[in-house]
Amino acid sequence: MTSESGGAGRGAHSGFTLSINDPTVRAVVFQVLIIGAVVLLGWWLVHNTLDNLARRSIATGFGFLEREASFGIGESMIDYHPRDSYGRAFLVGVLNTLKVSVIGIIVATVIGTLVGIARLSSNWLLAKLASLYVEVVRNVPPLLQLFVWYAVITESMPSVREAFNPLPGVFLSQRGIKIPVPESDPVWNWMIVALLVGVAAAIAMTRWARARQARTGQPFPVGLASLGLIFGMPLLTWLVGGAPTAMDVPRVQGFNFVGGATMSPEFFAILFGLSIYTAGFIAEVVRSGIVAVNWGQTEAARSLGLSSGNTLRLVVLPQALRVIVPPLTSQYLNLTKNSSLALAIGYPDLVSIANTTINQTGQSIEGVAMIMGTYLTISLGISLFMNWYNKRIALVER
Amino acid sequence: MKSGILAAAAVALSIGAAGTAHAGQTLDAIKQKGFIQCGVNTGLAGFSNPDSSGNWTGLDVDVCRAVAVALFNDPAKVKFTPLSAQQRFPAIQSGEVDILSRNTTWTLTRDTSVGLNFAPVTYYDGQGFMVSKKLGVKSAKELNGATVCVQSGTTTELNLADYFRATNMQYNPVVIESVDEVNAAFFAGRCDVLTTDASGLAGTRAAVAPNPADYVILPEIISKEPLAPAVRHGDDQWYDLVTWTVYAMIDAEENGITSKNIDEFMNSKNPSIQRLLGVSPGMGKSLGVDEKWAYNVIKKVGNYGEVFDRNVGPNTALKLERGLNALWTKGGLQYAMPLR
Repeated sequence: MTSESGGAGRGAHSGFTLSINDPTVRAVVFQVLIIGAVVLLGWWLVHNTLDNLARRSIATGFGFLEREASFGIGESMIDYHPRDSYGRAFLVGVLNTLKVSVIGIIVATVIGTLVGIARLSSNWLLAKLASLYVEVVRNVPPLLQLFVWYAVITESMPSVREAFNPLPGVFLSQRGIKIPVPESDPVWNWMIVALLVGVAAAIAMTRWARARQARTGQPFPVGLASLGLIFGMPLLTWLVGGAPTAMDVPRVQGFNFVGGATMSPEFFAILFGLSIYTAGFIAEVVRSGIVAVNWGQTEAARSLGLSSGNTLRLVVLPQALRVIVPPLTSQYLNLTKNSSLALAIGYPDLVSIANTTINQTGQSIEGVAMIMGTYLTISLGISLFMNWYNKRIALVER
Repeated sequence: MKSGILAAAAVALSIGAAGTAHAGQTLDAIKQKGFIQCGVNTGLAGFSNPDSSGNWTGLDVDVCRAVAVALFNDPAKVKFTPLSAQQRFPAIQSGEVDILSRNTTWTLTRDTSVGLNFAPVTYYDGQGFMVSKKLGVKSAKELNGATVCVQSGTTTELNLADYFRATNMQYNPVVIESVDEVNAAFFAGRCDVLTTDASGLAGTRAAVAPNPADYVILPEIISKEPLAPAVRHGDDQWYDLVTWTVYAMIDAEENGITSKNIDEFMNSKNPSIQRLLGVSPGMGKSLGVDEKWAYNVIKKVGNYGEVFDRNVGPNTALKLERGLNALWTKGGLQYAMPLR
């Protein structure tokens, strides 16, 4: 008998008696008990809610999503008409939330990075201005900032008939920013296809160039060639397609502008309010990331003969990003969730539309569940993407 | 701004956690706590608005005071909860308030799937449009392409969509949650048109407009908005008390009884007046309150006409005519069911 079989025998022995003194058994028992209690509590809450709702003759279920919504929505990325269903109205809200979140994340990242670098600048004025920006926007509640932005636009802009016209076809008024857009033409769709092809080709070329450099040591002007592919392909398509130049220029007709594309005051206020607010936090994240990389790393890279661009790109950034990405993810999530403040200034985001739906149908529990589910899905999506990115840029220790 | 959601979450929790409900629960609870919890508008001139010293005034407020008098013989035994359009239904469903007297339109959906019972209509309203005089618009039919400011979560939003669909016109809604922000956006010029109930437009023009003479309310009334107090399903006795308190106030006006002259009617030989004022008993017992309930309501709050004139009538800032709210004997719709 070896000690190994003795150990097995002891394990089998205690398994048979199921003693509460066995830590493994105890752990399993407690976990089963706790899970059971949670499930029971959840079941009791749901059951009791449904029971009480039924007793008070309050409608339940998601059947209302197929009923006609009958209310108008100010701006929508898909075709929407009051005769469409509540489900479609909700989809309009989700898309509007995604629109403001995605554009907001990009704008906030750009502003935040610039301000974060500016705070480290050796230029005293620039560094102090950046500090002032960060301290002001971080310490004023975002809702107030939105009200300020919205009031600035609606109170300070001229009326439609006296719209400010800085460039031909561009109008600034209380109804937002109006810009001319190209008239619809099949060429524009082909240009989008060409753009995608260009991006794909640029990625493929970058891989080839990297492989070649690893093999032969010959560098390839990847940046310029990529730019050429990404912009050149659509341009070529446009020329081949007959170079259409007809524009849909906004003009005043009746109460409002017709034609062109609009950025509404509500969208402007929510987008810039959130971007500028979140950029204050991102600036600090970026600054902390850069400061976290030891100055010795830069000195070492320079003494190896790397240019300052390559020092930043190959030595400092990869290490800084490790520090930056996780807190950056939180800021992206915050921006997305803060977009629900849109309700206060009339941007039709998903909370605004769900609230209207709740009010018309009286089904608040289902409506709130849908709001929660949607935010959870969007947030988990952002988290997953950022975690993937974080893993990709993490230092590979050899 | 999240308050609507918070309220909805609260109703989910409270409905989930509430034990078994039994009939008569609302009235029992009110008697036990000694006051009525009344849900009102956060601020609508003439209907429910706190005055300069913080006392709630208005037509909707007086309805709650009248019910408090009928039950407790004291107009002060009522507490007010200001509610936004979104908060109001969760608040009444969850029991946070006992009665919702908040310029709420009586509709089928609210009567059924929202779970409310509506007492008699206290104000027959209709949705209208207000525009700046500068636009030179004379009729709602000229509003094609207009931008319209509207408060979210109201029947107003639906009527607006219906009207523009029916007349085959385009519009661009700007939907904002708080009524103050809606008004601010309209008066700043963000919208061409402000829409809500005509009484609300008159109140807004009187109280909020920088210069009331610059704004005009268009003649078209695009919807029926019967505004009525509501209670939740499940307590018929409480519902009856609210219903008949309103009828008593209308009945008093039909009989020419006011808060000033009511004592002269105590010797009236008219049997229907004797029943109303509790001189010949029975009505109070049926409702489960003091026999003098209607006498107290009229004496301390007034008849329907007095309440109307005091809060929204021609001599107030709102300057509203009786119109549909005149008694049925004078060409209006106010008609009390017989108290017998």
